[in-house]
Amino acid sequence: MVLLGAQLRAETPVDFALEIQPILSEKCIICHGQNHRSREADLRLDLRDRAIVRSETEISIIPGSADQSEAVLRIESDDPDMVMPPPDHGEPLTQEQRKLFRRWINEGAPYDVHWAFVSPDRPQVPANQNPIDYLVRQRLAKEGLSPSPLADRSALLRRLSLDLTGLPPTIEEMDAFLSDNSADAYQKQVERLLASPHYGERWARWWLDAARYADSDGYEKDLPRSQWPWRDWVINAFNRDLPYDQFITEQVAGDLLPDATQEQQVATGFLRNGMINEEGAINAEEFRMEGLIDRMDCLGKAILGLTVSCTQCHEHKYDPMSHQEYFRLMAYINNDYEAISRVYSPKHLETIRDIKNTIASQNEKIKKAVPEWQQQLTKWIDDQKANTENSHWKTMTPTSAEVPDGICHPEILSDKTVLNLGFRPTSTRLTVIAETPQTALTGLRLSALRHGDLIFGGPGRSHLGSFAISEMKVEAAPLDAPEEYKRVDVKAASADVASKQKLIDSFFRLNKEDKRTVGGAHYLIDGKTETAWSPDRGAKLHNESCEAVLEFAEPICNEKGSRLRIAMEFRHGGLGGHGRANNFIGRFRIDGTGEKAPKANALPAEVRRAIGKPEAERTAEDNNHLLWAWARTHEKAKSHAQGAFHQLKRWPEGDSVLNLGNRKKEHVRTTRILKRGSWQSPGEAVSGGVPEFLHDLPDEDLPTNRLTLARWLADRNSPTTARVVVNRMWLAYFGIGLVTTTDDFGVRSEVPIHPKLLDWLAVELMEPSVKTFADKPPEPWSLKHLHRLIVNSDTYRQSALASKAIVENDPENKLLARGPRSRADAEMIRDIALSASGLLEPKVGGKSVFPPVPEGLFALSYTAVDFWDTAKDSDRYRRSLYVFRRRSIPDPVLASFDAPSGDFSCVRRTQSNTPLAALTSLNATIFTEAAQSLALRILGEGGQTDREKAQYGYRLCVSRLPNKAETDALLKLLLATRNRLKKGELNAADIAFNEFTQPGDLPPDAPPNEAAAWTIIARVLLNLDATLTKG
Amino acid sequence: MNTTIRNALASHASRRWFLGQCGVGAGSLALGSLLGGEQPAFASTSGNTNPLAPKSPHYAPKAKRVIYMFQAGAPSHLDLFDYKPELAKWSGKKPPAELLEGYRAAFIKPDSALLGPKYKFAKHGEAGIEISEVLPYTAAIADKICVVRSMTTTAVNHAPAQILMNTGAQIFGRPSFGAWTLYGLGSEASELPGYVVLSSANGTSGGAGNWGAGFLPTRYSGVPLRSSGDPILYLSNPKGIDAATQRASLDTIRQLNELELKRIGDPQIQARINAYELAYKMQTSGPELVDISQESNETLQMYGLDPESPKPGYAKNCLLARRLVERGVRFVQLFHEAWDHHSNLKKGLAQRCKGTDQASAALVKDLDDRGLLEDTILIWGGEFGRTPMVQGGGSDGRDHHNRSYTMWFAGGGIKAGHVHGETDDFGFNIIRDEVSIPNLHATLLHLLGMDHTKLSVRASGLDMRLTGVQGEVIQDILA
Repeated sequence: MVLLGAQLRAETPVDFALEIQPILSEKCIICHGQNHRSREADLRLDLRDRAIVRSETEISIIPGSADQSEAVLRIESDDPDMVMPPPDHGEPLTQEQRKLFRRWINEGAPYDVHWAFVSPDRPQVPANQNPIDYLVRQRLAKEGLSPSPLADRSALLRRLSLDLTGLPPTIEEMDAFLSDNSADAYQKQVERLLASPHYGERWARWWLDAARYADSDGYEKDLPRSQWPWRDWVINAFNRDLPYDQFITEQVAGDLLPDATQEQQVATGFLRNGMINEEGAINAEEFRMEGLIDRMDCLGKAILGLTVSCTQCHEHKYDPMSHQEYFRLMAYINNDYEAISRVYSPKHLETIRDIKNTIASQNEKIKKAVPEWQQQLTKWIDDQKANTENSHWKTMTPTSAEVPDGICHPEILSDKTVLNLGFRPTSTRLTVIAETPQTALTGLRLSALRHGDLIFGGPGRSHLGSFAISEMKVEAAPLDAPEEYKRVDVKAASADVASKQKLIDSFFRLNKEDKRTVGGAHYLIDGKTETAWSPDRGAKLHNESCEAVLEFAEPICNEKGSRLRIAMEFRHGGLGGHGRANNFIGRFRIDGTGEKAPKANALPAEVRRAIGKPEAERTAEDNNHLLWAWARTHEKAKSHAQGAFHQLKRWPEGDSVLNLGNRKKEHVRTTRILKRGSWQSPGEAVSGGVPEFLHDLPDEDLPTNRLTLARWLADRNSPTTARVVVNRMWLAYFGIGLVTTTDDFGVRSEVPIHPKLLDWLAVELMEPSVKTFADKPPEPWSLKHLHRLIVNSDTYRQSALASKAIVENDPENKLLARGPRSRADAEMIRDIALSASGLLEPKVGGKSVFPPVPEGLFALSYTAVDFWDTAKDSDRYRRSLYVFRRRSIPDPVLASFDAPSGDFSCVRRTQSNTPLAALTSLNATIFTEAAQSLALRILGEGGQTDREKAQYGYRLCVSRLPNKAETDALLKLLLATRNRLKKGELNAADIAFNEFTQPGDLPPDAPPNEAAAWTIIARVLLNLDATLTKG
Repeated sequence: MNTTIRNALASHASRRWFLGQCGVGAGSLALGSLLGGEQPAFASTSGNTNPLAPKSPHYAPKAKRVIYMFQAGAPSHLDLFDYKPELAKWSGKKPPAELLEGYRAAFIKPDSALLGPKYKFAKHGEAGIEISEVLPYTAAIADKICVVRSMTTTAVNHAPAQILMNTGAQIFGRPSFGAWTLYGLGSEASELPGYVVLSSANGTSGGAGNWGAGFLPTRYSGVPLRSSGDPILYLSNPKGIDAATQRASLDTIRQLNELELKRIGDPQIQARINAYELAYKMQTSGPELVDISQESNETLQMYGLDPESPKPGYAKNCLLARRLVERGVRFVQLFHEAWDHHSNLKKGLAQRCKGTDQASAALVKDLDDRGLLEDTILIWGGEFGRTPMVQGGGSDGRDHHNRSYTMWFAGGGIKAGHVHGETDDFGFNIIRDEVSIPNLHATLLHLLGMDHTKLSVRASGLDMRLTGVQGEVIQDILA
């Protein structure tokens, strides 16, 4: 058996990084490393200048004198009290390791930085050779091995198609390739597949694992989320070969790029892919911190290849990263809004363009109707300024904000506003106590305000960011007599926006008889909870701030000021304890006034905001609102203004995505070290900074924000960024990474068996030098360039057929003496079945689809699943990438084949060959439907004879022709099944048809018995190892 | 390739390969880094290639298997197991201020009024263990159980607390206790999954993470045994395919896969062949398992099942748990999500007890009668306790309470008729023998013959354990 570790070479000096560091990391550093709490005998072996001086009584390492070094005595000792590592800490060093250790000390015990913490240099490779093959063969030669011959063409195209697009080749594609005798036939296939939109789908899934993508929130509620626009961004990014440095930058900080596009903002959904907890009574900050820790973990695994999470509670046990450095790094991502934003598709954007054009022409009409509009408008704005300043309103100080039973915990912010996060109640009463020193109060104003943490910015918490208040009651007490609350009669209620009276939206309706209505502010005080004030003006204006004013019947007069207890009833939510149908308020403020007969502002928030801005800062939208508000007061222009304003109602709702937004100045957070990683134990404040052992920031003076972090992550000098991504690509192709610990390139990572190859690939990614078959020279960080290099190598194209000796010596194929072969990923397995059977709906992108699931599956789910609209049209057969990923109860078909749940970043899937997986591909609905469809396809297209048909079906699944023995085995089953059908032992219709198909779908002359017999064969074909394998 | 070579492959290379490629990752088994040429601490006792084959533990175990009756939603310790006459006296009064220092409840204001126990308690068994009147059957087995009144946790919301209770960490993504057990010990059930999950009442807040495999291969995760439809997902053949056709189909699959194995020599093909055969066996053993028609009326009645029509639910799940462990299943976990009594405590809690008390106790007796109790660990408990303070305007609800709660244990290696730990007069703080979740897990692993510090797997650069960096065996509850 060969030793797959580093080889001993007496003639060359010991390589510290590759040969000694791994021993120290594995055996010594846990007690003699940088973590001061676990350090024994005050000895550090991670630093040379600490290892070679006296610690306690001995000198551990005396360079040049292994015999006198305490470390050597200890590791070679037979005395259980003396030997290192101590027997209860692990196995002693092997003879070989001991020799190595001695030799290294005798050579002067030189230390070196861990190989992965030094940015890679390009290894020398002869000019005329494929660098991948050259480097692999050098290593093979050391083992006395030679590479395997190239795989045959059909195996090769199947492997290539699955690797590049996740789909098997069609028979036409295969035939075209097999009959192409040109020298570059294979390269043409590579280019065809890289240009296919399915390339982006396949590699998007690869990234989605690392990015912990899912379509639901996780935790108890596990509500559906709309994150597919981000997923589609990833697909597109791969398809247009967005260079990897930009790929990272846009995902971490796309919104902070100059003139960020909608796409770049969508990209920031990457960090938002984590779970969200909205369980009743949670503390939102606790789970925000858990979310941040998850983001750090994801950045560590997906991009840096470092186990940064180890430092969340304490110093890293192995790598030179401190607890403080963890939080300094976190500071870059700790000042964001947890946004949910609207996303407009090209179709939406077309509508918007049309709206804007119509508005422009209406605006022209206004201006034509009143030629002196400019002067009038300016004067009008000046006049309004006085009205909108509202200086008589004084903000009251909220001292408490509660709902019954504490199902959620409203937060009082430093700006005296109240913010609701966490659980979203569908029916509750929010009671606010607010104080003011004002001695006379004639009314109060409730301002519903936007906030970046609310859906679409709020001001409400409904799925639209809106809210509805069913009733408001006010009590008052003197500030100096807290318990003497008296009911306050409210004379009138007004709002700054007009609301039409209408039946509550169907989304919130409790049943068909639900007659609850929504409308203007008077509903706040009509004594009925069936009516509500709903200021939502729809479409473009869902998410504007708004206000309601309650005018008291009698002024409240208290010499020392007053305390108001304000109860808001929220009885306009819908069904379900999960909160999806809530109509709750998001953020608000209470103001008081002593002004006579207070009323809400006559102008809506968007106009007031525009008026309040200096002219130079007004946007086109601001100017529109001002123009219209003024024109409405003008008889000649009124109708045009109405017409223009009305266009806003046509504004598309758009789709939505979870993304990040930079917090405004007033909401900026200070990042603090959390002692033992606990959110309840914040310690000293830290500034942003990157770990010392990694590369420096590109520029010292950069602000502490995500863009700085992104630039640092994607820096050419990063020792791990490029290595990590090429390693994970390699893993996808070969089933094993060049560094097997995909998530950990730290000192405990397994020493790579092909270190030069890893470095060469990493440098080639960043600084492409090799000419490929691409039609233009590659850009730096082009992933397609890397794909080209890998799939065009002989190493990749080797046959997977393995001799006994090769398999025995290297079962994992680390040396790469044969071609890759492994079970296909979950998504591929389902996609192969859909593709072979002809069911596949190849549409790219869009909303996730709900696959059929076994009845009763969601009984395991705490929250009622009322959104699962099982696809019954072609969506049912979309690629697995589009299957709705529900975290708490994942789709059992994909889960059986080890698809990750998205609960955390997964950079290497495990593979299980379980009987449950076998049962899934034998019996799950989707596979049954595929078998039935495959049978029809075989009957319709497969030729005349049974043998031809069997061969055709086999080829559809396995991409090669079966040999005689294989065909015979299938035909034997076919004949036996036919006989049983004929005898009436089996029911053809049951076997061959499902709720979507019927005998009428059969090709002419094919009786149902044939469809049934071939369905049995098709089911066998879909379950063959060769079908389920990428090899 | 002849049979000899195939066998050689299967027993030699593929074993390593399984544990590497199919396992957690190259050389990442801290139990023994096979690729470093060291011997695994857990040598497979059968030389089988099946990664779920039984494995020897670190030392002689007291118990071989576990049945965990998880009472999700958190039953009130104050009304069931931890009798506090003093609390009754304080009922309606605000708690003393010093009690609440640094305290955080989930829903309520901590200074809500106290609420006395809702039921009568009496001492039971020779040990005189105080148990509530709503648990008469549990009371009757008082001398067989060990009541731990000093459990404590750090989470106060259901989903995180359940995940913490089951995986040792509040964050998602760690292997469950059942997965660790299966990973460490393998399974003696050759035709059933080694870790089976049964659910009644509602689904759990923690979802599949409660029985997940985390960073371990998915084969170690719990497999739900369903109460309707197929007992195991996708166990039945598609419509129209009978047993003979199924057998013939599988024979054909096998034949073709063997040809593929011969051609390519990849041991993974042998693994697939085995998996398909096992799937076929499961198609028989699964329905046989859930067919309780052979159980005597006496047995059914003992569990509280109606012999005429034994309905799906907790009681039936308890009976199925016995049938599962009889068949060699290593870890059975029952989830009964029904205990979140923020309101309607008195009536609701009594009802829940009625639906679970008899069956839980019956399972202990039944296992005892069959000689299985001595090497089976039984666990009964939820994810946290309930506040001695009242929740809501009324006087009939309790909020989540993390500082103290009660669980009971029975069977293999556990001290019977014993009470461990004590809380203060309000059942609020622990005043003696606190049991943290890592300590509990360390103790249970110890009973299964495993040293919790050695049962570890390299993931994310660390040697991850069920007990994290903590855990001490609680000697006092060992028999």
